[in-house]
Amino acid sequence: MAVVFDKPKSLTDNVLHYCPGCTHGIVHRLVAEVIDELGIEGRTIGIAPVGCSVMAYDYFTVDMVEAAHGRAPAVATGVKRSDPSKIVFTYQGDGDLASIGMCETVHSAVRGENITIIFINNAIYGMTGGQMAPTSLPGQVTQTSPYGRNTETQGFPIRVCELLSELDGPAYLERVTVNNVKNVRNAKKAIKKAFQNQIDGKGFSLVEVLSSCPTNWGMTPQKALEWIDEKMIPYYPLGVYRDKDGENNG
Amino acid sequence: MQEKVLMKGNEALAEAAILAGCRHYFGYPITPQTEVAAYMSKKMPKIGGVFLQAESEIAAINMVYGVAATGKRAMTSSSSPGIALKCEGISYLAGSDLPALIVNVQRGGPGLGGIQPSQSDYFLATRGPGHGDFHVIVLAPASVQEMADMTLKGFELADKYRMPCMLLADGTMGQMMEPVVLPDPVELDNTPKDWAVTGTECKREHHIVNSLYLAPKKLEDVNLERYERYKKIEEEECLWEEFMMEDAEICIVSCGITARVSRNAILEARKQGIKVGMIRPITLWPFPKKPLLAAADKVKSFISVELNMGQMKEDVELAIRCKKPVYGCTRVGGMITTVDDILASIKEAEKGEE
Repeated sequence: MAVVFDKPKSLTDNVLHYCPGCTHGIVHRLVAEVIDELGIEGRTIGIAPVGCSVMAYDYFTVDMVEAAHGRAPAVATGVKRSDPSKIVFTYQGDGDLASIGMCETVHSAVRGENITIIFINNAIYGMTGGQMAPTSLPGQVTQTSPYGRNTETQGFPIRVCELLSELDGPAYLERVTVNNVKNVRNAKKAIKKAFQNQIDGKGFSLVEVLSSCPTNWGMTPQKALEWIDEKMIPYYPLGVYRDKDGENNG
Repeated sequence: MQEKVLMKGNEALAEAAILAGCRHYFGYPITPQTEVAAYMSKKMPKIGGVFLQAESEIAAINMVYGVAATGKRAMTSSSSPGIALKCEGISYLAGSDLPALIVNVQRGGPGLGGIQPSQSDYFLATRGPGHGDFHVIVLAPASVQEMADMTLKGFELADKYRMPCMLLADGTMGQMMEPVVLPDPVELDNTPKDWAVTGTECKREHHIVNSLYLAPKKLEDVNLERYERYKKIEEEECLWEEFMMEDAEICIVSCGITARVSRNAILEARKQGIKVGMIRPITLWPFPKKPLLAAADKVKSFISVELNMGQMKEDVELAIRCKKPVYGCTRVGGMITTVDDILASIKEAEKGEE
């Protein structure tokens, strides 16, 4: 009988701790599938962040390093510079990457550091229980914006791909989402390209994945996936923001 | 054995790091240690090493953390305000049991302070520079020769005990020039460490470099294990130097540049008939408590000579269990104790004045 569905080799047997309906599980799987398909499991080193995916080191079978909050791109820089033949990726959330770690994010991009960044944007701090993130939408109700994000006092959301696309350093920037089958397939293509770029020595590649957080958004999983379409994509348009290959630009 | 050369302290330590096999340096400019970065930026590309000017001290220490996780020798250097920023990363290095060398060429503080020499990061360095229960090994060189020698020693101890080590120099040590015999190059064992992230090659279980332990008992256990290691270090790795202690009635305790000035003050005091000696701690953590406690039975009093408001004095009092009075002789802000300052303190101690 033909096998039509199997667990990627690069995922451990540990039970994921993520909430029901959270899309972290999908993205973990996509990353693992890509690592399997590219045959790089034995030479890949992952950097886990601080946030909901803090225990990502337990879920991937590759060597893993836990970084301090926001510092994953700097840690990845160290690992990569130590041995450029290794494939180094970070897996970071929005608070980690776009708030406390913005400096490390921007400067690893500026250097065109040959690493791969998987950036989970779910517009909220999940692990600490639903506080406003740098990517929370205007008017979004969170624990620390209980009356809705007031842009006059709490500022505007950060569009990371657009911001980084102003720099000369990055090789590849794409925003995807995983809220339906078609989008999951596109997300996998983007993630694969972001790893392939590193193998080919093309430099800094970041894939931003619009993700859902049903628990902290206070929605059913299904409603949360719809919210990505209705609210997030209009503010964070999907697409390729940089591709030094010249393919898919615009 | 290499030949004797005239070098600035900062450059001697940079060259010594290279001779120690360090090929990864991450820095950020700050006075008075910038020569280290400048030296590395010239040298590293020529020997296949990595010099990277990081976007911040925080990024630099985290790059060190990344290299250290792969099992290779890595270092960063900075000065006091920059070291404060590195404390987050130093805590993570300690919590993940990673070796690394952090150089602190101290300047005056607090805040932006000044750019002249100081020893006012004594507490910061010796009490565990960062959050949580931990120590780093702290080495205090008192000559350009020791800037080189202690760099080697620092890497060795960091590797031996899998923990960060801080070379705690005062600004004078970084800036002054002296003859130095550089160490011979170290041949490193390049066998991958059994804890390092080097890629599994699909042949072993994955390695995880981590300091997160959500189960309280597990976190307690790793802390207890670490403190067992610290206990061993306190027993085996204390370094100090004694100067004219055989017949001393007053014992100066001082490190770095103030130990150099103290030597002259001791010679001068002896000309005036006062028997003074010195115990110079070379490791500040572990602090050489044993020789100090032994001295407490012989001398009338101690004088802690330092470029801060008396931070090391507390360790001297603890080491001698307050058996004898400890006088302080301190200058701060970039001012350096003079022979006259120290002589005045010696006379005060001689009279037994409080």
